[in-house]
Amino acid sequence: MSIDKKITEDLVAANIGFVTTVPCKQLAGVIDEVDKHPDIFHIPSNKEDEGMGLCAGAWMGGTRPMIIMQNTAIGVTINTLATLIQYYRMPLPMLISYRGELREPVACQVEMAVHTKALLDEMKIPTYHFHKQADADELPMILDYTFMCNKPVAILTDANFWGGYGDQ
Amino acid sequence: MIRSEVLKEIAPILRGQLVICNIGIPSQELHAIDDQPTNFYMLGTMGLASSIGLGLALVQKKPVIVIDGDGSILTNLGTLPTIGNNVAENYILMIIDNGSYGSTGDQPTYTGKKTDLAGMARAAGCDNVVEVQDVDTGKALTEALASGKQTVMVVKCDSGNAKMPVITMDPVTIRDRFMGAVKA
Repeated sequence: MSIDKKITEDLVAANIGFVTTVPCKQLAGVIDEVDKHPDIFHIPSNKEDEGMGLCAGAWMGGTRPMIIMQNTAIGVTINTLATLIQYYRMPLPMLISYRGELREPVACQVEMAVHTKALLDEMKIPTYHFHKQADADELPMILDYTFMCNKPVAILTDANFWGGYGDQ
Repeated sequence: MIRSEVLKEIAPILRGQLVICNIGIPSQELHAIDDQPTNFYMLGTMGLASSIGLGLALVQKKPVIVIDGDGSILTNLGTLPTIGNNVAENYILMIIDNGSYGSTGDQPTYTGKKTDLAGMARAAGCDNVVEVQDVDTGKALTEALASGKQTVMVVKCDSGNAKMPVITMDPVTIRDRFMGAVKA
């Protein structure tokens, strides 16, 4: 089974039924799988803070949500994480492509990569880093943990996890 | 009419409906006028009322009314295409458009100048967009609820705020009782 399909099956097994996405090249495959899955309502958002608002509403309506986005979004969503997700104590698993790490071809991506873990740490957001595909075996436990503690939880997935950038 | 007068007039229609209310003075006004477990007050996070309401409307059947503002919609304009392309027929977005940032001292927004929010909502793909004057809000909201169609209302009213106390309720309490009301 492809890693994209495996991740999507783990989301469904954790009863996640509402997924919002802002695309990244590395996430294209998993977004495609999420979009195709009949048990997931996939709603693309135009900006990640908007997506977190959608997730907050879905959760209050009784459906487990998730956001899939790039690490640059941490810069966009600090206020939303603090004043909506954390303040109202809501669970939000965040599957994040960790751009700007090893094998990154675009120099500018490194500029947010160097802040990513520091910002998540400052926000006291539990953070997991998938570097190899076997690391994803912990995804079901991370999802259970997120909905147990009602917190935003970050899952950083770097280029080695996704197998690099192809021909770049 | 100013926003608080509009809210006072429609309070009997809002009562019992799931309401997501915009940050700042709008939430303070609604809270003071008619606090209900069915009201979700935003205490922070400007701009996301319409998104929270849409997420809620898409996963359950009860009508959802979002009370938003022109300034907040302008800060999250990406919400309009998302609403237009993900039609939840139980979703009503009511934008109280007083042409100003009310909670911060009534600085003018662009909707008091050349920008037309109803036109922007239509261009974004929202099918049922109505622009109403403040005095007609109750009638338009009742019609929107009866229609069973996703509706965007742009309510034109005067700039100004009523003096209301800050909401001191704990956010987790607001959220918990709201979730209880959603399930009830």
